[in-house]
Parts: sequence; structure tokens; C-alpha cells
Amino acid sequence: MNKEEYKKLVSKHTPKEPRLRNIGVAFVVGGFIGFIGEFLMYMLTESFGLSQSVAGIYTCLIIIGSASLLTALGFFDNWVSKCKCGLIIPTTGFAHSVTSSALDYKKDGLITGLGSNFFKLAGSVILYGVISAFILVIVRVVIGG
Amino acid sequence: MASKQYKNVYLNDYVTLVGPLERESHLKKYNLVMDDYYYGEKTFEQAEIKMQKTVITRLLEQNSLQNSDISLLIGGDLTNQIAITSYSAKNFNFPFLGLYSACATFVESLIVASNFVESSGFKKIIGITSSHNLTAEKQFRYPIEYGAPRPHTATFTTTGAVATLISKKPSKIKIEASTIGTPVDMGISDANNMGAVMAPAAASTLVTHLTELKRDVNYYDLILTGDLGCVGAKILEDYLETNYHIKMKKYLDAGCELFLDSQETYAGGSGPACLPLVLFNKALTTKRYKKILIIATGALHSVSLVNQQQTIPGIAHALSLEVE
Repeated sequence: MNKEEYKKLVSKHTPKEPRLRNIGVAFVVGGFIGFIGEFLMYMLTESFGLSQSVAGIYTCLIIIGSASLLTALGFFDNWVSKCKCGLIIPTTGFAHSVTSSALDYKKDGLITGLGSNFFKLAGSVILYGVISAFILVIVRVVIGG
Repeated sequence: MASKQYKNVYLNDYVTLVGPLERESHLKKYNLVMDDYYYGEKTFEQAEIKMQKTVITRLLEQNSLQNSDISLLIGGDLTNQIAITSYSAKNFNFPFLGLYSACATFVESLIVASNFVESSGFKKIIGITSSHNLTAEKQFRYPIEYGAPRPHTATFTTTGAVATLISKKPSKIKIEASTIGTPVDMGISDANNMGAVMAPAAASTLVTHLTELKRDVNYYDLILTGDLGCVGAKILEDYLETNYHIKMKKYLDAGCELFLDSQETYAGGSGPACLPLVLFNKALTTKRYKKILIIATGALHSVSLVNQQQTIPGIAHALSLEVE
């Protein structure tokens, strides 16, 4: 049996991932987080009289803060394994990735452990986020003038 | 010849320690339990060192042995530089050999121990192996609290430690023969499908074992593979049938046998402690099996090489046990 035939044999026995269900769950959960965000924005602008942009920053802070807190309290990882990308794609996932790395390495020392592993997962998001933002701004300047 | 038969090598005693999830699984009659993953220590790595220390100490007590009675300590674990085993070994005044075959380390240490006992003046040898779910997760995968979603082919590293005592003194379990495996790479690079990586290695070792010792597959009352998981076990059966026309009648996989379905461990258990825990705390408790062939399987990968898209070699070592 060569490697190609073996790959076929393996895929015959590999259980199918329930993609449609995962997408559905992610859609609903992600949408719900969006709903919470919108609700917070509304509350902050209407009840506290903040401007739209300041309210946006506070909304982000509240969501990131509560996601990190829930990670630290040990709930978030169980939710992630159930809700999958619904929790990973929004800012909650970003906060969670940083907090979970920090928790993992805090006992390996403040510099060698926590410091150097803080952005273990989030590093790529930041790096490629900044690069793509930069490229998009150039595109916009060139096209939009 | 990769196989060797032994005249008088016995597995005199063993001590098993199981983790919190394994306690609720299919296992029975384990010796020691840890209630949480820290086991009274500050970090998971230190907890695993304590697990090894505890089982070795218990084994010595159970057999009223002094440190000076032990001629050799052989073993390994999953961590980088097999640091856990080295750090637990420093607590005892034994000559020490560290080994690594990923999840096949348990059988590898028994094979080396058996050869030393049979052919040289080493009287009593302790084999040690352990795995800890969270030290393994931290090293091989994502941060523990991240809870990254994983596919159904993935396996769950078993938490446990096992110490065995091997000598020429006759006892209930005889180590009868062994076969050292060859690394086999069938082009799988998916670190979440270790069953598929290791199944061809298990098949290769089984076929070598049967051919070299001129045995039929039904010679054994039980063939127990290490940690292929439920998916890998099916792949092995299919692969053996299509490639070698061997149909195993009495076959179990330790990874698939360990956890309950409700424990949500994907395709089952894995790790070097998985096979010995299922062997000692499940298969042997039934007293049904007299001739057992255990085939421990390991995926010889590292995080760097998997990230470099290299395909993963698998290895399997076999050991034939005769139980009274």
C-alpha cells in the first residue's frame, strides 16, 4: 500500500466534522456577542451621554475585560470548545488567547514565562492585523485620493 | 531479528496512579489517585514529578525494598528532554537510563529492562513512565485555558504514572518475548490524527513479531495496542486486512477502552500511561486473558517539525506477556 492509498484508507475511517452545525452555532453565538456590543453602545450613549466613538472604546473594553475575567475564572475554555469560532472570532477570542497564554506561563517567571509568551497566540493577529490595515490604507489613499 | 524470547524474566509488581478523569473512567483497582491536576504542587510539571516519585516509593514499600536493592531505573515521559523522569530519578540513588519513544516509552523501557535482567547481572529493575494531560497540552498544543476546538480524530492525553518491577524471580506475569519496532512514515502530517500516524507502525511490528516467532495472530488471547484511539483502531484493522490479510479476532485498543463516551475525549485516550493503566487496571482485572500481546504505539513528532509541514513517523514496540 502506498502513501496515497493509505490516505484514502484513513479518510474512509475519519469521522466527518459537523461543519454545518458548527457554522450555525458560531453564527448564533457570534451574533449574540454582537448584540451585547450593540446593547452596551446604546446604553453608554443614551444613559451615560457618551459620544459614539468613546462609547465604542468602552464597549470594547467591557467585552475584553469580561472575556479575560471569565477565562481566569475557568469558564471560557469550556465555552470555546462548545461554541467554537462564535467565541474565537470576536474580540472575546483575542482577549481569551492572551489571558490563557498568560495563565499558562505565569509560573515560568515574569520575563521568561509570562512576558515572552503573553502574545503567543495573539501575536500573529496583531502583526498581520497591523500589516493588512497598513496595506488597506494605502489602497484607500490610492483609490480614494 | 527484531524479536527476542526470554527464558526467565518476570514482571513482579506494579503500582498505578490515575488522574481525576481516569478515576471516573473504565479503570478498576488502581493503587493511587490524584484528586486534582496539581497534586499538591505549584505547577503541572512538578505535579508529574511527584506522581513518578510517589509510584516508585510505593513500589519499594510494597516489596520491602531498599534503594540499594534496585540495580537500574529505566523510563521516560512526554516532556522535552524527558525532564520529568530525570527530575524524579534524582530523588533516588539508582543508576538511571532515560528513554523516549513518545507513547511507546512504557514498552520500550520493559524491553530494555528485560534484556538487562536476562543477559547481565542486573537483578531488580524498575520501569517508570508517566503522562500528565496538562503538561502535554502545554508542550504540544495550545495553552491549557484556551480550550481550542479539536477534531474527532484527536486523542486526549491520559494522566497517570506507572512503576513496574522486573526481575528473574518467578511471579504471575511472565515477560515472554519482545519485538522492537521500526519507524514507519505513511505520509500523515496531521498532529490531530495520531491514530492514523501510528497504525501502520503497529501493523508492521505485529507482522514482524508473528513472522519472526512463527506465530498465528490467534495465538494470543488479547492483542492490546497502546493509544491508537477509536479511529486509529479501525484504521489498523482495515490496514492489516487489506495489506497483510490478517484479521484480529481478539483485539482492543487501550486508548479506545479507557474513557467513557460521556467524558468527551474525542477518539479516546493517549500518552505513555494509557496502555499500562488499561493493561493493569482493566485487562488484567478480568483474569480472562492468559497470553497477551501489548503493542505500544508512539508518534515521534515535535512541534517544530510539524509546523515545518514534515510528515510524522510512528513507532510501535511489542511485548508478549503470559499471565497465570
